[in-house]
Amino acid sequence: MAENSGKIATVPAAKWGLVVALAWLIPGAGHFLLKRPGRGALLAASVAAMFLLGLMMRGALFQPQTGDLLTTVIYWGGFIGNLMSGLLYLLTFWLGYNQPDLAGHVHDYGTKFLVAAGLLNILAMVDAYEIATGKKD
Amino acid sequence: MPKMTLSHFEASLLFALLCSVVLGIITKRTDRERFRYAAYCFGCFVAAIFGLSWLMYLGHG
Repeated sequence: MAENSGKIATVPAAKWGLVVALAWLIPGAGHFLLKRPGRGALLAASVAAMFLLGLMMRGALFQPQTGDLLTTVIYWGGFIGNLMSGLLYLLTFWLGYNQPDLAGHVHDYGTKFLVAAGLLNILAMVDAYEIATGKKD
Repeated sequence: MPKMTLSHFEASLLFALLCSVVLGIITKRTDRERFRYAAYCFGCFVAAIFGLSWLMYLGHG
């Protein structure tokens, strides 16, 4: 017992890799794959609604940019947040959405909604990972 | 894609609602617990919205 207490149980990536990748690409799909359709549907609806509301408010998508520390953190953080929405972000980018960062509270909220959609999807991915590895039922 | 114009209050309520749903789903184990936690989170968001709004209003002078 004492020998095992210091060891971290590792779960093979094959068991959770596909689930997490699918959960990233299509929000909620990881839960569908794990046969949790109700939770998957709610997660998909929430992330998609957040992203679409961001687009309808004409929020800006972040591009990676370096400079001083604050600029780097904001632009890289925002870019990663956008990217974590998976196919929603990729389709938007590929279809040529190119909203400049304008002044105004609606645009500002839109930009935050677009990033928040990705952050919510990260939470969904972590949940799918925990279910796939048996840490959660 | 239609353009949407929302007030601060409407946008922050929508944000609170969607975040609360996800937080409820991923943190709790039974549907009842999830619903209660989502409602609790939403209440906290709304309380923070009103609290910070008043703070900014009073601070602005």
